[in-house]
Amino acid sequence: MKHLTLAVILCLILLPAVGQAAGDGYGYPIPGSYDATILGTPDNLKPPPPAKISVRQLVLDVIPDLKRPDIFFYDEGLRCTLAYQDKKAPLVFLIVGTGAGDRSQKVVAMMKELYKAGYHVLTLPSPTHPNFIVSASHNHVPGDLTEDAADIYRVMENAWSKVKGDIEVSDFYLGGYSLGGTQAAFVAKLDEERKSFNFRKVLMVNPAVNLYNSVTRIEGLLDKIHGGPRKIGAYFNNMLAKFTEFYRHGDFIDINDEFLYAVYKSKLFSHDEDGGLIGLSFRISSAGMIFASDVMTNGGYVVPKNRVLTATDPLSDYFLVCVHLSFINYFDEYLYPYFQKKRSGLTREAFIDSLGLKSIEGYLKSSPKFGVMTNDNDFILSPAEIDYLRWLFGERTKVYPRGGHLGNLEYRDNMADFVGFFKR
Amino acid sequence: MPVTIFRIYPVLLALYLALSLTGCATTIANRPPEEPAMHSVSEFSDDERVVDIADPWEGFNRGVYKFNYHFDRYFFLPVVSGYEFITPTFIQKGVSNFFANIGEIRTLYNSAFQLKGKKFLTTFGRFLTNSTIGIGGLFDPATPFGLKKQSEDFGRTLGYWGVDSGPYLVLPVLGPNSLRSTGGFAVDAGIRFTTIAATDPFENVDHGTGIMAGISTLEAIDMRHKEKFRYYESGYPFEYYMVRFLYHKKGELLLMK
Repeated sequence: MKHLTLAVILCLILLPAVGQAAGDGYGYPIPGSYDATILGTPDNLKPPPPAKISVRQLVLDVIPDLKRPDIFFYDEGLRCTLAYQDKKAPLVFLIVGTGAGDRSQKVVAMMKELYKAGYHVLTLPSPTHPNFIVSASHNHVPGDLTEDAADIYRVMENAWSKVKGDIEVSDFYLGGYSLGGTQAAFVAKLDEERKSFNFRKVLMVNPAVNLYNSVTRIEGLLDKIHGGPRKIGAYFNNMLAKFTEFYRHGDFIDINDEFLYAVYKSKLFSHDEDGGLIGLSFRISSAGMIFASDVMTNGGYVVPKNRVLTATDPLSDYFLVCVHLSFINYFDEYLYPYFQKKRSGLTREAFIDSLGLKSIEGYLKSSPKFGVMTNDNDFILSPAEIDYLRWLFGERTKVYPRGGHLGNLEYRDNMADFVGFFKR
Repeated sequence: MPVTIFRIYPVLLALYLALSLTGCATTIANRPPEEPAMHSVSEFSDDERVVDIADPWEGFNRGVYKFNYHFDRYFFLPVVSGYEFITPTFIQKGVSNFFANIGEIRTLYNSAFQLKGKKFLTTFGRFLTNSTIGIGGLFDPATPFGLKKQSEDFGRTLGYWGVDSGPYLVLPVLGPNSLRSTGGFAVDAGIRFTTIAATDPFENVDHGTGIMAGISTLEAIDMRHKEKFRYYESGYPFEYYMVRFLYHKKGELLLMK
């Protein structure tokens, strides 16, 4: 999704900002971690786009004979995007972050840079994206890194079999950002056994070290809004009212970068309110994930068990419920019970531990193919976790002084390092 | 607005709705009884509802939303792609400019109706510049001259004079609207066709009606060509609400200026 979710959130803030670079030789200008996360990279600091790019949309039939409920009638298979070169070249698979689709803004930026450098690129939706949950997840329950990696791997094999007659590939590489970065590690591990691709290099960009810990930190952003997480509706209405007043009194016509820059400069929202926007954006994504999964499994979690929804049924009550459920609710009431049933004796602690890099650290530490890029002020990681990444990947760890969570991804130096990793 | 489309779509819509309704009736048998979900909306009644937008016809709206998806997919978008494929980009641009220039007339009289002098003059300047130097509207030299494109319609004129936006309404082919914008659209279309009938630009030409129909069709194609939105493309189960919210909010903000 992301498209609309972001439109709603970015409708509130976003914009190219011009700031003073600190004296550390790193030119990304936005110092605050939440600001950077929301605003991203100013257009003039992004690398130029490729002159032309050949792109093809793939719609994969990953699960043969899958019966889709009427409400997902528009879902006709997993949508992936291939950017292809006319000559023999390495192919990079990219896995996106929580709730993102195969054409999310960030992954398209990565795709363009790799394309310029001469790679084929294939992007896939996140296992937390409704399209993936419906059309590519074997159990339709997202959240377990090992099982999600198996689903991703199957999608990659399926996509590859579909395009291998059309493009010439010399080598395979793998990359991912945010949750997709963490998943990339598990996919790479699976590849060591299955050997369909023999990835030469794997890059993780702003990954979570442990899924549960990182999501808990994102959820924590909502603890600081007025009234706490149970009042996100009131919080959103309040933010929207402020934004509307600002527009009414300013000399603006269009809701464009200029206007949004003014919103940022005016410090219309407090630090905690900015954090709340990130928390809310996450909840909007996870709402789609929870709903799609519950419908597909007939789980009786938010939709009454055995209810058959059609394309014309109102869904606003489900939306309200899903947005108010935290990841911790989902974890304790849906995800963990599901896997507890499947794996007898699985304790809550053991399950949490399995959702992180630590569970496969022996492999990660021994393999030279991994690299990681993250930021010192990425709020999804604790300082101890950043140190852990340094310990795990040593010299192949790059930690930028600022950028929040993925805010500096499209900054030209970051993009150069990103592509440079695969080139080396 | 597109005459030809107005002629076909009631038929298509009626057919479509009839087919989808009969489809529903067959699946109800043999369904196990429902059990309540673990979480329901009543738990969260202490929070405010988010931007409550009047949508009493949601079921109908969703039906039309789905219809628009199919209409796009099997008819409109293939036609638009064909147009994009056979027409050189600079001609596509010229076509867009041409129809945008005709659209200035709507902005012009609606600015007048709303007593917005500056907007009226800017638009007048644009129309004059683009119709002459811009060769009948095929080019847009007004924008680089500093005359920024404005936009007004009769729905907003109604809003300006205090008419409430009314319920949300998804129109066949045209998509998200409110009751007020639908009424405004009808008035603007009426004004336009009255003007065309009065001036009768193809009076002395053979097949004048055919030419008008062709122009309207091209305008409809150009409109879809410029619109990037694709129904259900986000894959997000609550997309309908996101679109409704953005449509409503945008209308509210535009009314302030």
